[in-house]
Amino acid sequence: MDLKRRFISNFLTDDRWKYLWNGLGVTLKVTFFAVLLGILLGVIIAIVRSTYEKNSSSMRMGFGKMILVFLNFLCKVYLTIIRGTPVVVQLMIMYYVILASSTNKVLVAILAFGINSGAYVAEIFRSGIMSIDAGQFEAGRSLGFNFVQTMRYIIVPQAFKNVLPALANEFIVLLKETSVAGYVALADLTKGGDIIRSRTYDAFMPLIGVALIYLILVMFFTWLVGKLERRLRSSER
Amino acid sequence: MSDNQTLIKVENLQKHYNGGAIKALDGINTEIKQGEVVVVIGPSGSGKSTFLRCLNLLEVPTGGSIFFEGVDITDEKTNINIHRQKMGMVFQHFNLFPHMTILKNMIIAPMKLRKKSEAEATELAMGLLRRVGLEDRANAYPSQLSGGQKQRIAIVRALCMEPEVMLFDEPTSALDPEMVGEVLEVMKQLAKDNMTMVVVTHEMGFAREVGTRVMFMADGKQVEEGTPAEIFDNPKSDRLQTFLAKVL
Repeated sequence: MDLKRRFISNFLTDDRWKYLWNGLGVTLKVTFFAVLLGILLGVIIAIVRSTYEKNSSSMRMGFGKMILVFLNFLCKVYLTIIRGTPVVVQLMIMYYVILASSTNKVLVAILAFGINSGAYVAEIFRSGIMSIDAGQFEAGRSLGFNFVQTMRYIIVPQAFKNVLPALANEFIVLLKETSVAGYVALADLTKGGDIIRSRTYDAFMPLIGVALIYLILVMFFTWLVGKLERRLRSSER
Repeated sequence: MSDNQTLIKVENLQKHYNGGAIKALDGINTEIKQGEVVVVIGPSGSGKSTFLRCLNLLEVPTGGSIFFEGVDITDEKTNINIHRQKMGMVFQHFNLFPHMTILKNMIIAPMKLRKKSEAEATELAMGLLRRVGLEDRANAYPSQLSGGQKQRIAIVRALCMEPEVMLFDEPTSALDPEMVGEVLEVMKQLAKDNMTMVVVTHEMGFAREVGTRVMFMADGKQVEEGTPAEIFDNPKSDRLQTFLAKVL
């Protein structure tokens, strides 16, 4: 039983499965917090951008409009830079340049992947906000809600529901994208598999094992999001 | 407040597009008193909806002033949100919030803006729902209602904020003919309860029966104004005569 022997040497000898187990923990941690950061950044940027697109032409010239124009410009710069450069490069810049003094690799990875994801989430959310009928916004304002309240209670919940599939996709992409964290020597799931390979000189077992774990995770989250989606939809019909 | 107190005063209201090339509103002057039901009629494109939407600043006027309870709401320093709470608005396309139940649609504004407790807001909402005969739909979602039901909910949602004035922007234009009556009935009841109303509509029967004053607009101007009898039985201007000949 050659396969059995290889399985034992790759995963059981010296408790090598712990590389995968601990790596999985790091991967999930980075993904989870990066998603939170990405959604936070994305929603704020999407609100700025859609407000600018919807209102800038009808707004009176003044302090408020100047701020909006400036914020919109900042957001556009951010989107251009983040979407125009590879995530691995951004990660290395974060680790070796911006946070060179930090030894907390998990934090560096969360920041790099979160800031990266924010740009994509922003565009997803912007399309969601723009798809909400203008009458919803007017109804909110006519009741006396201010701009932020209208966004919070009326527009964003509906937009969120509309973009949930796209958002889930972004989450899945991000989960897999964190596999490049090994570039800054962060011991994530992929790196864990790679370490085993370097010990056992067997590429097949650890890499297939790593791939399987990613696959199972993605399938699980796809199922979870599908359930959430159905629940949100059922409230409408 | 006495019955004759001025609630809204409009002075030389202007709304221009493209730097004045298009004049949607061209110098509107009027006063709306407590308890009045002002019905605005006119051909499409005459500016009547624009006029109504200017009253709560959903459209920002390019000139002139609007005073609501004596405060110039077109002044940039005025906090319009406070005043909008006292101006209910009903839209042609209902604009109910599809992600909330009927009850939630009604209580969210009083709870968040008037700081009412949920119980208090719910009691008020259920009372209003009973008045329009829809108390059994409190936990339904807007997509489960007919057009007429949606519009009746939209009216009571606005009433939940206990407004001083109700603005109606063609409330029956998007309804199937057999549902127009139920909505007009609610509006009539409201007028009977002495609510101040400004109604943009094509329902001439409603204008004649319920209106205390009718304003006829064309090309962004108020062409004629008067009691329903004056407007419908004794129209003076050619524009109004032509218009009435087409719609009556």
